[in-house]
Amino acid sequence: MNQASREPRHKRPLRKAPFVVITAFLLLWMIGVATGEPSRVLEQAMQVCLSCIGIG
Amino acid sequence: MERVRKWVQVIVGFLTNSSWSFPFTNTIYQGPLKVICAPGLNCYSCPAATTYCPMGSIQQLLGGLRFALENSQYYFGFSVLGSIGVLGGLFGRLICGWACPFGFIQELLHKVPSRKFGIPRLLSHGKYMFLLLFVVVLPLVLVDEFGTGHPWFCKFVCPAGTLEAGLPMLFLQPNLRNTIGLLFLNKFVIMILFLTWAVFSSRPFCRTACPLGAFYALFSKVRLIKLHLDEAKCTNCKACHHVCPMGVKFNESPDDPECITCLACMNKACKFDAISLEIGGIPLAVADSGLSPASKP
Repeated sequence: MNQASREPRHKRPLRKAPFVVITAFLLLWMIGVATGEPSRVLEQAMQVCLSCIGIG
Repeated sequence: MERVRKWVQVIVGFLTNSSWSFPFTNTIYQGPLKVICAPGLNCYSCPAATTYCPMGSIQQLLGGLRFALENSQYYFGFSVLGSIGVLGGLFGRLICGWACPFGFIQELLHKVPSRKFGIPRLLSHGKYMFLLLFVVVLPLVLVDEFGTGHPWFCKFVCPAGTLEAGLPMLFLQPNLRNTIGLLFLNKFVIMILFLTWAVFSSRPFCRTACPLGAFYALFSKVRLIKLHLDEAKCTNCKACHHVCPMGVKFNESPDDPECITCLACMNKACKFDAISLEIGGIPLAVADSGLSPASKP
């Protein structure tokens, strides 16, 4: 057994902020999905955007 | 652990660019997988791309917002923002270190033997300017006679787009070569500058200009998975300063927005186990490459 595993592990409190942030953005994503945005994103992503890549 | 990270970078790179039919179709992948958000900066006009680029999509949606609203379509970019927000809340800039193809390319270029230089910290603010101005404000505000904005970052700056999409499309569709003009020349020069800079400095694009890196950096304090500094164990030896590819002085700034959680400080530098990986405050028992404290450099 090494020294590190013999040392008592200090308990740190569970951070709640990440869960709040993730939930908020998950809600935002759901709102976006509800408005039908993914179909527009898909439509755009399926076309070659020439000006986007510096051509044309 | 460094080898694991490299493999993850390769696998994610292939997963986000896994359509290899383009030599036969001469165009980009147009299937339904493109509704999935790429975690890193990966141009969706890349012939092999199977996911959409969040930065490209946001600019397109904001540029077309006026037109969409006139048609009662409320495309504010919420689904894209939600996707990268969830990723940011979970991983933050860990994505830059583990899942961005353009970051990986820069890391490979930095392995070319040459004299190496640091990057002034002041330049790291540039990426926030690109995020705010080129990704949000300009596409939204500067519109043409049809009321449509342009994807300013993609159009005038993005070297990942030039490398992953512009050059391959010119190769696949020879008729496009007649349309090359100043716009392409400008982007080509920017790409060459960043790729050359990557040989001499570590990840210059990520540190100075990447808007997606800037967005993920906003989550540095609140992301679920991050490195933790045990101040009681830290001896302020500054060994972590010398191994960080992003120029972070970890023991002075444990929640630094530049930290890409590559784990170099934890595995290659700290002899005192002062740095650990945690999930939501709970420490993870991550193997330190099998090195005992005495054998670490």
